[in-house]
Amino acid sequence: MAQAQSGFQRRILRLKLNGRWREDAIAENQLLVEYLRDVVRLSGTKTGCDGGECGACTVLVDDQAIPSCIMLAVRCEGRSIETIEGLASQGRLHRLQRAFHDKLGTQCGFCTPGVIMAAEALLRRNPRPTDSDIRNALSGNLCRCTGYVKIIESVQAAAEATS
Amino acid sequence: MTAPAGAGPRVSRHGVPLIDGVEKVSGRATYTADLDHADALVGRIFRSPVSHGEIIRLDVAKARALDGVFAVLTGEDCPHTYGVLPVAMNEYPLARGRVRYRGEPVAAVAAVDAATAQRALDLIEFEVRELPAYYTSAAARAAGAVLLHDNKPGNIEREVHHTFGDIAAGFAQADLVREERISCAEVNHAQIELHAALAEYQPLTQRLTMQSVSQVAYYLHLMLARCLDMDASRIRVIRPFVGGGFGSRVEALNFEIITALLARAAAGKVMMQLTREENFLTHRARPQTDVRLKLGMYRDGRIAACECEVTQRGGAYAGYGVITILYAGALLQGIYDIPAVKYDGYRVYANLPPCGAMRGHGAVDTRHAFECLLDRMARELGLDPFAVRRANLLRAPTRTMNDLMVNSCGLPECLDVVERASGWRERIGKLPRGKGLGMACSHYVSGAAKPVHWTGEPHAAINLKLDFDGSITAFTGAAEIGQGSSTMVAIAVAETLDVALDRVRVVAGDSAITPKDNGAYSSRITFMVGNAAIDAARNLRTILIDAAARKLEAAPQDVVCIGEHFCVGTSGQAALPFAEVAQAALVDVGPITVKGTFTCPPEAQGGKHRGGAVGSTMGFSYAAQVVEVNVDEATGAINVDKVWAALDCGHAINPLAVEGQIQGSVWMGMGQALSEETCYLDGLPAHASLLEYRVPTIAESPPIEVHIVESRDPYGPFGAKEASEGALAGFAPALVNAVANAIGIDLDELPLTPDRVMEALVERRRRARLGALHKAAP
Repeated sequence: MAQAQSGFQRRILRLKLNGRWREDAIAENQLLVEYLRDVVRLSGTKTGCDGGECGACTVLVDDQAIPSCIMLAVRCEGRSIETIEGLASQGRLHRLQRAFHDKLGTQCGFCTPGVIMAAEALLRRNPRPTDSDIRNALSGNLCRCTGYVKIIESVQAAAEATS
Repeated sequence: MTAPAGAGPRVSRHGVPLIDGVEKVSGRATYTADLDHADALVGRIFRSPVSHGEIIRLDVAKARALDGVFAVLTGEDCPHTYGVLPVAMNEYPLARGRVRYRGEPVAAVAAVDAATAQRALDLIEFEVRELPAYYTSAAARAAGAVLLHDNKPGNIEREVHHTFGDIAAGFAQADLVREERISCAEVNHAQIELHAALAEYQPLTQRLTMQSVSQVAYYLHLMLARCLDMDASRIRVIRPFVGGGFGSRVEALNFEIITALLARAAAGKVMMQLTREENFLTHRARPQTDVRLKLGMYRDGRIAACECEVTQRGGAYAGYGVITILYAGALLQGIYDIPAVKYDGYRVYANLPPCGAMRGHGAVDTRHAFECLLDRMARELGLDPFAVRRANLLRAPTRTMNDLMVNSCGLPECLDVVERASGWRERIGKLPRGKGLGMACSHYVSGAAKPVHWTGEPHAAINLKLDFDGSITAFTGAAEIGQGSSTMVAIAVAETLDVALDRVRVVAGDSAITPKDNGAYSSRITFMVGNAAIDAARNLRTILIDAAARKLEAAPQDVVCIGEHFCVGTSGQAALPFAEVAQAALVDVGPITVKGTFTCPPEAQGGKHRGGAVGSTMGFSYAAQVVEVNVDEATGAINVDKVWAALDCGHAINPLAVEGQIQGSVWMGMGQALSEETCYLDGLPAHASLLEYRVPTIAESPPIEVHIVESRDPYGPFGAKEASEGALAGFAPALVNAVANAIGIDLDELPLTPDRVMEALVERRRRARLGALHKAAP
């Protein structure tokens, strides 16, 4: 994966991360996933490929599921970014997290944060998704453990849960 | 807020979520790449640009001189080979004298940041005198081919020739004899977590701490000691969360050893993270395989004889090769009752990344060929696919001709279940054009009864600690890689002691804390570690019962423990709560640690013939599955509509996890059957990304209906056997059989990509036209 080159200009990035505004000095060529993992030190967002292949790094940018490994951090100026760390609140798992845990939508867990974020984007725009809505929304997220069966069940269970 | 111990859920018959699941869904699970490495140097590997050659010059002076570079290593810095089998360690962490595949590690650097490390790699000067390179088994075996390894004539790593029973008589008596050649592409594990390692060397204390993605930290530990010339006691190996394995991380891998070498050379901490392309180069997956299979069958479907020749293109180094080629032959048996079996196996060296173990190790491609040919012969004899399998069932307990123990076998029930669930009898032959049903069976070992690295120790050991707080901690070296290993240990302990699941904590995978374990391979953990966990828990129970008996002033044999309460028989007298008994047990002795072990007896460890230990196990899992497909004759695209899979896992310790494992393995079989293959162009991987290497997405993955069959193995923990590999091998043949049912064409090459299906359809049309022409001609 490309790394921020020291020769690139740095600039101040201002964005809203998991509900809080913050400012950081970053290199202009820094990818969003590098910013999240290396600058903010939120390691829940994973890297599983060499760029845009697997979906493990999926985060929400203004409610849209985006692979953070093919988006420059500077493109997020003034926008709202949400990661897996922002989902649980007040010591309670988010309904998708609860469902993925209870229904075994996670095995090794590596693709799970990206899958959950992609599913969250889906549920925000479509609270009652059909089986095929779920398949379409998650088709950019590879999982090597589950065969996806329990991932679909988890998203359905979360959609049916009230909160 | 944490619930008080003892108030948690007991293990229900639906199963329980993974005990480390909350960490995973919340993003808090720390994988190797997530470990704090802000102060670590960045490791990078310089890889061979050619497939085969003698190293003429390797100059790293300019790289070493670069500001910010702390270490540059070449093969000169490590004169030790590494590998799995003591007899087949022919690989150096960094090439020495010769390179044998494109992408082989040649040099490595540790630098302050990735950009500096990359600049250092660019400054390395490398000259090679190229040698002829071989990319197929046939080319490598051809007369006059340059040998990849001097002591291996014909570029054959290992030949296996086994004959059991009277082959000639079997074929002579058979009513039908058929032979097929079936080939399977090389595939990759493609676990989603990229390989990574974090090594820290303390020059003052001369100690090494290694954190890595290993499935078998014990092998890595041994190879680090060997390659770094260190006393093993100065090394600590820690396994963080692991993002999938499937066999890719069973062997100690070159990048792990290189990271440790770099850390020592730089006298510090080095983080190595491989790219996806480098993951494909590291490889160690299922080899490209050619199977020539001949079966003899009686009119009633009984198999009279089996003759099988397997050629595996193993890549440039030994790796697990000897084991893989032995498995391919050994597991022809153990599923059906076959009176005569002949096996010839050839493991071939080629100038490609080394192959290794992958889920269903060695058994998958031969099982594929076998189940396809079985179906074709049944069709010729007018027999139903289910009937032909039923005609050949083993009856447990038995020993196969190659001395494999079969102690339990639920295959008959698996067949009944999927036949019923899929509506086979009502639907077979009655589906519309382009739709088809196919089925196949498969099996796999529940742990190799003789470990690869044989030491005479028990096969598994577990420590349990009971302390003042009433908590029970299980210490295990078993590798949790997503399969539910740690959860299984917790359940085994909780069930045996009859305590709440959340009273048990599992600490796993740290050589400084946990006892040695042979790790996650050959589906051994449930069977072996599960048995060790039960043994440890029984030892602890004895101590608790004695303590309760003292308090209750009763004889220990009269004391029972029910739901964390100890009382005398069913007398109804006041019962002592767990905490009170635990405190009583600690009086005079303090915190209690007990051990539990499990050992496979010698009679389980296979036959006396050469290679006879491979395939031996205490318990085989059995699976049957039905696949329903839809074939688009205009495009050649195959859609899998549904799968019904039944697996005999003896007893499901955690049914939820068992279901997940069966779905995952069936689905992984689907990837190999439909779309996955690694291709090389002059040794250059052409599919070294997850876009080109086609792992099925959620969009094309079918519903997989799982049926758990429980045959209660007499030796398994609570009767359990493995659940995560047995169903894989059945998918591809069930698919090929379903496609034959749908369009009337038998396909002999995996994967069934649209181009292969189209080619077969076009060929059939061409033949039909030619036939019509010949008929029309006077």
